[in-house]
Amino acid sequence: MSGVSVTKDVQDAAGAADDLVVLSNVNKHFGALHVLQNIDLSIARGEVVVVIGPSGSGKSTLCRTINRLETIDSGTITVDGKELPSEGRELARLRADVGMVFQSFNLFAHKTVLQNVMLGQLKVRKTDQAAALEKAKSLLDRVGVGSQADKYPAQLSGGQQQRVAIARALAMDPKVMLFDEPTSALDPEMINEVLEVMQQLAREGMTMVVVTHEMGFARSAANRVVFMADGKIVEEAAPEQFFANPRSDRAKDFLSKILHH
Amino acid sequence: MFDFLDSGQYDLLGAFWVTVQLTLYSAAGSLIWGTVLAGIRVSPVPLMRGFAAVYVNVVRNTPLTALILGCSLGLSQTLGITLGGDTFKETGFRLAVLGLTAYTGTFVCEALRSGINTVPVGQAEAARALGLSFFQVLTLIVLPQAFRAVIAPLANVLIALTKNTTVAAAIGVAEAALLMKEMIENEAQALFEVFAVFAFGFVVLTLPTGLLLGWAAKRMAVKR
Repeated sequence: MSGVSVTKDVQDAAGAADDLVVLSNVNKHFGALHVLQNIDLSIARGEVVVVIGPSGSGKSTLCRTINRLETIDSGTITVDGKELPSEGRELARLRADVGMVFQSFNLFAHKTVLQNVMLGQLKVRKTDQAAALEKAKSLLDRVGVGSQADKYPAQLSGGQQQRVAIARALAMDPKVMLFDEPTSALDPEMINEVLEVMQQLAREGMTMVVVTHEMGFARSAANRVVFMADGKIVEEAAPEQFFANPRSDRAKDFLSKILHH
Repeated sequence: MFDFLDSGQYDLLGAFWVTVQLTLYSAAGSLIWGTVLAGIRVSPVPLMRGFAAVYVNVVRNTPLTALILGCSLGLSQTLGITLGGDTFKETGFRLAVLGLTAYTGTFVCEALRSGINTVPVGQAEAARALGLSFFQVLTLIVLPQAFRAVIAPLANVLIALTKNTTVAAAIGVAEAALLMKEMIENEAQALFEVFAVFAFGFVVLTLPTGLLLGWAAKRMAVKR
């Protein structure tokens, strides 16, 4: 790609000492397709990073490598100072500290909403039943679906399911939350109820990596916007700067297509 | 017409009771063994996957008669394995259950594997993302949903198993088919009646199985 400048001024300002998630020189191929090309990205504690870009740019893959749902071909990823283990118990332990919210919710279909939120606490954190129940109920209340606790996921609307999924991830007390296009499968009228929960999390200081097409969310909640195209990070900037004054041609082109219609 | 039944010479209920026992023990055994096999077949270790694939393909393609005769002649009479049975009768029964379990387990395994394929990948991904181990993902998330999807095919396996227990007659287990053979020899004038009695007996066993599990399959289906 020509005529593209990669800018990292915001990241440098954050400082390396407090980085929670660090990707360095990460590469990944799907067959002949080079989906992640020399990715360097650091996410500071408490930072909200929004990853945007056209479809197929590798942003979802990037998100999924952080808890190793996608393996990488080369490079390193560290979470809270520890490099991602390859498999087994160590990896499971690390994943417990990294919350993940999926595009298609992925609530456990054979378990009630309440059981969904309690499962990780009981089976991974080994919390006792009473404490897990109490925490699950308070989290469900917090995301506004407390009254649906005994229903099965299929009985809930998409927006409700996604809020349950957020509660399920929060129940593990994660150090960082990954959101892989959390609103892309939702009806337009349900997007806001999910974004509001995410806004609230961001305000409370949760470290978040959000892959999304919601530019409004990027503007209002992000500390930094990462723009990806063709497997590369093309531009990183504070949201106001990125949206008002994108530097790379690719980002200008992308924004002109989505913002003016 | 059916007066040969009144002679008191034949323990018809007793013979069918042995059939029922063979079915129940073998069903329980093959459900457990088949689940374990299915778990091995989807495990992350290639060597284990290979073992299970070879086992399933060899055993399910071997005639059941050969397997059960192999258990009797090979395991018991040659190697002296009695499975803790004190009498010839007891040993024969246990060997038959072993053979039926080894055989039927492969069909349970394959039914379950197709059930595992109906569970969306996202379910396992979400479970792994929570920090559950492979074993936990399998037993807490994937298998419970897979089982619900394959109740109807498993009913087929159970019906086939019920009828396959007749092969145990080959090693002298006193179940329904062995009694039928005896009655055919003794009551040759009532051949069709003898057939009718045994056919009816098996329908009584298998028809409710199919109906009950068909109902259960609908009730337990996972809504997505």
